[in-house]
Amino acid sequence: MSASTKLPVSVDGVPLGKEHIYAQEPILSGRNLVITFGRVVGLDGVNLDLYSGEVLAVIGDNGAGKSTLIKCLTGAYTPDSGEITMNGQPVTFKRPQDAREAGIETVYQQLAVIPALDIASNLFLAREERRAGPLGSVLRMLDKGGMKKRAGEAVQNLGIQTIQNMGQAVETLSGGQRQVVAVARAAAFGSKVVVLDEPTAALGVKESGMVLKMIKQLRDNGLAVILISHNMPHVWEAADRIHIQRLGGCAGVITPQSHDMGEGVAIMTGAKKLTPNDASA
Amino acid sequence: MAETSPGTAAAEFARRQHSPLQRIQHLLHGYPYLSPLVILVLSFIVFTVAKPQFASANALGITVQQTAIVAALAIGQTLVILTAGIDLSVGAIMVLSMMVMASLAKDGGMPGILALLIGVGLATGAGLLNGLLVTRLNLPPFIVTLGTLSIFTAIALLYSGGSSIQSSHLPDILNVLGKGFSVGGFRLTWGVVLVIVMYLVMGFVLSQTAWGRYVYAVGDDPESARLAGVPSRRVLLQVYAIAGLIYGIAAWVLIGRAGAATPNAVTDANLQSITAVVIGGTSLFGGRGRLVGTLIGALIVQVFARGLSQMGVDQQWRILATGVLVIIAVAIDQWIRKVKA
Repeated sequence: MSASTKLPVSVDGVPLGKEHIYAQEPILSGRNLVITFGRVVGLDGVNLDLYSGEVLAVIGDNGAGKSTLIKCLTGAYTPDSGEITMNGQPVTFKRPQDAREAGIETVYQQLAVIPALDIASNLFLAREERRAGPLGSVLRMLDKGGMKKRAGEAVQNLGIQTIQNMGQAVETLSGGQRQVVAVARAAAFGSKVVVLDEPTAALGVKESGMVLKMIKQLRDNGLAVILISHNMPHVWEAADRIHIQRLGGCAGVITPQSHDMGEGVAIMTGAKKLTPNDASA
Repeated sequence: MAETSPGTAAAEFARRQHSPLQRIQHLLHGYPYLSPLVILVLSFIVFTVAKPQFASANALGITVQQTAIVAALAIGQTLVILTAGIDLSVGAIMVLSMMVMASLAKDGGMPGILALLIGVGLATGAGLLNGLLVTRLNLPPFIVTLGTLSIFTAIALLYSGGSSIQSSHLPDILNVLGKGFSVGGFRLTWGVVLVIVMYLVMGFVLSQTAWGRYVYAVGDDPESARLAGVPSRRVLLQVYAIAGLIYGIAAWVLIGRAGAATPNAVTDANLQSITAVVIGGTSLFGGRGRLVGTLIGALIVQVFARGLSQMGVDQQWRILATGVLVIIAVAIDQWIRKVKA
């Protein structure tokens, strides 16, 4: 890691055994991001680095700027100042569509799946594939069989065996299975970064387990994952690094190895301050 | 983890037998037009047993011809209802379009084909106006089309001065859909053929193209559809415009069928088309249903009407039966929406 990309308040920053991941250029970076809403400061000069092959959790109290940060990185907001780079190249996202075209997919809390449509149709919604030849080009006929097959592969790639029939309507699925469909949709189509907003919020223990396993699978497939969550056990289970937002700024980046949950929450609430020497202390 | 390993209670549960009722619920969830199809076949059998001439080729030909207008309008109505909307102005748009076609050809001395195209174009524009009001002003479709129902009806009456135009004054092209051919005593008009073609084309578009998917997606959950990248507002606008186009074509069929352009024709076309769509298993809440169900629904209403009148039963019983069917259809829809895996 070169000095310029080094995070200001990171501890050792790098989880043991994963040094190679952090030796590469970050896939997505934010530098000195500032956004204000009238007199309210949303982000007060926040830095964030995200690497391919890691799960970066973003935690913080309500109003700490988690959502604002993520919205700046995914094109929902445009920061007032600061720089966003992908693979070192500066990028500007004016709308979510720009970020999506650059390979950043967001899975919203409300999931954006259509209950009445089947799994394959949902995966390919607004990106439908047509049949080859005049059936596709003239009659605009959909390649339903092909899309079903590729949808099955996309779900398999997430390590999920419980969903077999891609022709099943999404409304017949459980909450966790719907989450799988939404994530499979985000992870397909050559995306590089997947942002998950509270993916386990409405799920039971078993279903959460399935979703966490899927998040780790996404990472092992080489994607960069941002996980926004209020559920500390889930964060500590799935994350490689944890970015803590506090009062519009970054209170530090820790790892599940360097700090336990109690310390993390203490930093998040301001009861404890993270110092550069904290890890060795 | 959530994967069920064999031998666990969860695996046992996954393999459980569905009760017969659950199986029916699943079947109807996948094929919502099955229950109306059963009703159509049963009523057909009952009427044929009661009055064998009901099933004669001649009588069936008439039943089909009488279904054609409502069946044509109900295609547009299905599109609108699939987007969780409703169109009360169907009949008004059709009648306005019909009066304009006939009047341009007769009083305007315009070539028939041009009058026809202007009439159909006007209907498309009327549908587009509905769509603009729904998508730009965010008004509820019920209110928009309730308003345009009155507006278009009034314009049609003002424009035509309330008087009919007989087909003898009209060019051949406007009358051609009333003509037809016989297949073994079963008489088909070109209008019926055109309506069948419209069903085939729109059925293909809805089930086989990306645009068809968008119609269902927008009807089921417009916000999620938008987040997924579906141009929700544009799809909605297109649905209303295409519905208008279909009503314009229905106007052409109606001139041929009625042998005249009459400003107060089929005044309850909106309720009849909604009835056909709902009996056909399409959900009023949007996102669910098949076009073939609408055709079955339109046929059921007409089979009841013809069958009961041939048996000499009071028409009020037909109206009563239609009402019961509508309520049963919506109740079934509510039930199958609660389907579980």
